[in-house]
Amino acid sequence: MKPSAFAYHAPHSLEAALDTLAELGEDGKVLAGGQSLVPLLNMRLAAPAALVDLARIDGLDTVEVTDREVRVDARVTHERLRTHVAATDAIPLLREALDWVAHPVIRNRGTALGSIVHADPAGELPAVLALLGGHVELASAPGRRTATADDYLVGPLESDTRPGELATAVVFPRPEPGTGSAFDELARRHGDYALAGVGVTVTLDDDRKVRRADAAFIGVGATPIQVPLTDALAGQASDALEPDDAIDLARSTIDPEDDIHATARYRRHLAGVLLGRALQTAAARAAAGGTA
Amino acid sequence: MTTKLVGAPVARSEDPRLLRGEGRYVDDLGQDAYEVAVVRSPHAHARIERIDLDAALEVDGLISIYIFEDLPQRLQEPLPLLIPHPAISHGRTQYVLANGEVNHVGEAIALVVAEDRYAAEDAVERILVEYEPLPAVVGPELARDAEHAVHDDIPSNVAAHLEQTIGDAPSAIADAPHRLSFRLDIERSASTPMETRGTYARWDADDQRLRLYSSTQAPTSVRAAVAAYLELDLAQVECIAPDIGGGFGVKIMHPWPEEILVPWVAKVLGHDVKFTEDRREHFVSANHERSQVQWIEVGFDDDGRILGLDVEFVHDHGAYIPYGLIVPIITSTQLIGPYKLENYRVTFDSVYTNTTPVTPYRGAGRPQGCFAMERTIDRVAAHLGKDRTEVRAVNFLQPEELPYDFGLMFQDGRAYRYDSGDFPGSLAALKELVDWDGFAQRRAAAQAEGRLLGIGMAAYVEGTGVGPYEGGHVLVEPNGTVQVSTGLSTQGQGHQTSFAQIAADELGVDVADVKVVTGDTRRFPYAVGTFASRAAVMSGNAIHLAARKVREKALRIASEALEVDAQDLELAEGQVRVKGSPDTAIDLNVVATMSNPLRYAFDEAARIATQFAQPGDPDAPPVADDDAPGLEATDYYSPTQSTFANGMHAVEVEVDPDTSDITVQRYAVVHDCGTLLNPTIVKGQVLGGVAQGVGGALYERMAYDEHGQLQNASFMDFLMPYATEVPSVDIDHLETPSPLNPLGIKGAGEAGVIPGSAAIAAAIEDATGITIDAMPITPSQLHDRRLAAASSTS
Repeated sequence: MKPSAFAYHAPHSLEAALDTLAELGEDGKVLAGGQSLVPLLNMRLAAPAALVDLARIDGLDTVEVTDREVRVDARVTHERLRTHVAATDAIPLLREALDWVAHPVIRNRGTALGSIVHADPAGELPAVLALLGGHVELASAPGRRTATADDYLVGPLESDTRPGELATAVVFPRPEPGTGSAFDELARRHGDYALAGVGVTVTLDDDRKVRRADAAFIGVGATPIQVPLTDALAGQASDALEPDDAIDLARSTIDPEDDIHATARYRRHLAGVLLGRALQTAAARAAAGGTA
Repeated sequence: MTTKLVGAPVARSEDPRLLRGEGRYVDDLGQDAYEVAVVRSPHAHARIERIDLDAALEVDGLISIYIFEDLPQRLQEPLPLLIPHPAISHGRTQYVLANGEVNHVGEAIALVVAEDRYAAEDAVERILVEYEPLPAVVGPELARDAEHAVHDDIPSNVAAHLEQTIGDAPSAIADAPHRLSFRLDIERSASTPMETRGTYARWDADDQRLRLYSSTQAPTSVRAAVAAYLELDLAQVECIAPDIGGGFGVKIMHPWPEEILVPWVAKVLGHDVKFTEDRREHFVSANHERSQVQWIEVGFDDDGRILGLDVEFVHDHGAYIPYGLIVPIITSTQLIGPYKLENYRVTFDSVYTNTTPVTPYRGAGRPQGCFAMERTIDRVAAHLGKDRTEVRAVNFLQPEELPYDFGLMFQDGRAYRYDSGDFPGSLAALKELVDWDGFAQRRAAAQAEGRLLGIGMAAYVEGTGVGPYEGGHVLVEPNGTVQVSTGLSTQGQGHQTSFAQIAADELGVDVADVKVVTGDTRRFPYAVGTFASRAAVMSGNAIHLAARKVREKALRIASEALEVDAQDLELAEGQVRVKGSPDTAIDLNVVATMSNPLRYAFDEAARIATQFAQPGDPDAPPVADDDAPGLEATDYYSPTQSTFANGMHAVEVEVDPDTSDITVQRYAVVHDCGTLLNPTIVKGQVLGGVAQGVGGALYERMAYDEHGQLQNASFMDFLMPYATEVPSVDIDHLETPSPLNPLGIKGAGEAGVIPGSAAIAAAIEDATGITIDAMPITPSQLHDRRLAAASSTS
């Protein structure tokens, strides 16, 4: 479990990083927290010719909270975001989802954006990004672009980061007023990738009836699986939610697989149970004032 | 009077060093050594057609590569069958490097030596091996069906068949008022210590001597094996087990291929060589345990008294059988537990499969046996509608029936005879500790909230302190330091502390003045090893006996010097002194100096031992015929049989009615290992064992697919429980001293792990009403079982 030889670059500025990535093209791989990449290197499941380490870049380490969104730079760790009061007050779902991410030692090094770039279908943050309709900002030597969650999260461990590109920030939109949220999952052990998990948002109208509801599931498909639930739940009172239709809809939408930890059948069942619980919690939170 | 140290919760003296990161493990040594990496089979069963080294030879930093054909004749012989047994009709062991065929994923094929491990792995990647894949035999039942053979010349796949009996079980069952028969399954797991395997060898060409450091539980036997394979005198080889980051049984297996190859290569190259196994290798090339399928038939009366028990099981020992039948023999005997079985028959087949070999992992066959017996008792109780503790109570051997000889042969070839214990006392203590009788109320309260609770228990008896012997050496240096050594090694058990307590008690010195060395053949060349919960019993008693000899010698010397009868002297506070008048005393270090008659006063203290300072009797030799210089002694402890510890665990679990997630809410342990040397250390042993028991019950499983590929060879997918999954544990220690040894102690190392699966299965069964007959169990599996039960009743 020693990696193949690779060239190591540690640029001091974003511009230098982009120049290096442009030169390296297909051979370059970005190293941020390294919590997923380094094990892959050590097991020789990945053998990039060169790493571009973000650790010494001046900048890329801001969390910005505005009326509309929370913007998280590439070098911000899970733990920093999890304990960022303004960000998690603005989007409580971030805090709840990040509580499920691995363990403190991993959260202290792993970056929030890195886990989205890594695009593990059981990762919590890609699902939050999808659920809130956020986007990723990407930079390269020729220019910049943004990609929505739907466009960016392509498949298992596959995000649309092109050769020469660096994902510089992730933007989570703040949910509209009257929205409550919840994130629930079940893992075999505390901090493991979940057997199944779900993040939900429920938005109530002035009569505390559901106006809009959405869910994004993890661990039950190739990417976070989004299930719009407004049709199944609209008009229901927040304190007398009957989520059975929503659960049926979700169970027929998701696409879990068997593995050594659980059957697909169990994951489908579990996802529904978790959805029911999360919807009740989110509706209650929305009724208690929201937002998310 | 000095306070007695044995029995006191003395803080572990090794911990500050280990916690500061100052431990010296094999991989911390030999920083300039060449490092090796091993080409391992990706196939469970294949013939090797061709090995192409050309591309690998180009790697920068490569030193050399070896395959089977490169080895000297002695190294081309199979590794030893360590524990022969007459029932082994077809024994097979592996070669240090594969000889034309591989029989499990992970089997060693080629050894690469390079300047560092990076280069060694680069070369491994470039070695091309062509295989002809053969059908893989995976799982004990397919092995016994024998459609395919693991080894061509053993078409049955059976290495050994063994039967032992007490009375006439088939007749007793046939005549019993009630009968049940059922099948049980236990899956494969493994020790998975934090430190993987490792060996570091230094060949000294000037001295023509080999020094070997190995992460082993058996350094004296590794030394002997290496000397034999390298055709060296024992005197040319020394083996040291430095700090070891856990063993849990896997490191009693020896010699590993690398333990032979690394010293051989070091000698060939004249350069230090080191092997540090990585985690991925460890999963497939270090041995596993546990896997069995059991068929049970039991006959019992209206009270639940077992009249006859007939057990047949298949034991999957993997691709080779280097450790003989130890694990299944332990299962077949220790299965009996604390119960009086007068009609018992047990038969087993130990079978080959194309998987990593099976040798002891903490518990060593006992968790499987405990699972069989305790699940049987629970079935009997369920059949009769009786409380499970009552059925256990009617079957217990009573304290006045001990010692009790079952008439079976144990793993050491000696009588299966319980020396002491108080099983009814243990049960009473357990029921109180877990509030067994109050559970119905707790369950009802939980049920009212829609929660499912269950309680279960399991009992075990553990043969510990197995022979043949261990030794101890105790030396008082002229500076007052007491040096203690014993040959077996330490993997975290706290021997530096507990053995020091034993010696300090005998010699009346501060425990901090006692230095303990284990596992170093330079210091103590005779030993068996650390396994079977034996170190405290065997080396503890040997050190006690050696310290007693030193004490007697100190008394004799001081008696002459002080001109006081030895009976009137005592050893306390670092002195030999007159009882009742402590001012008349001589320091123990002075006694040590006096014990060695000197010619040269190399320092001030030595003057008293020189020839003119200490004239003595001019007609007697300075060292008497039956004496030796030095305040030191060696002694050995060699018992006629094992001593039997016992205990009982009770568990409360909660099962989520919707997700079938299982949470251990309460875990209680009553434990009797005789006299406690150090309650803190025993508690640590029990807690660690319980953690592994919980792992074995709910998390850990070596998941082989039908092709013999291990699907979870990483800690990401092999689920060792985290601290978050291990419950807090209530422990109650009983102390029924063993009559078999001077200290009255029994082993405690494995106890905590033994009843975990049985007790947790019972609790899940109690919570859900689903009969649990296979462990470990996952929420997904429990969900399926509950669905199946619901559909069969609706």
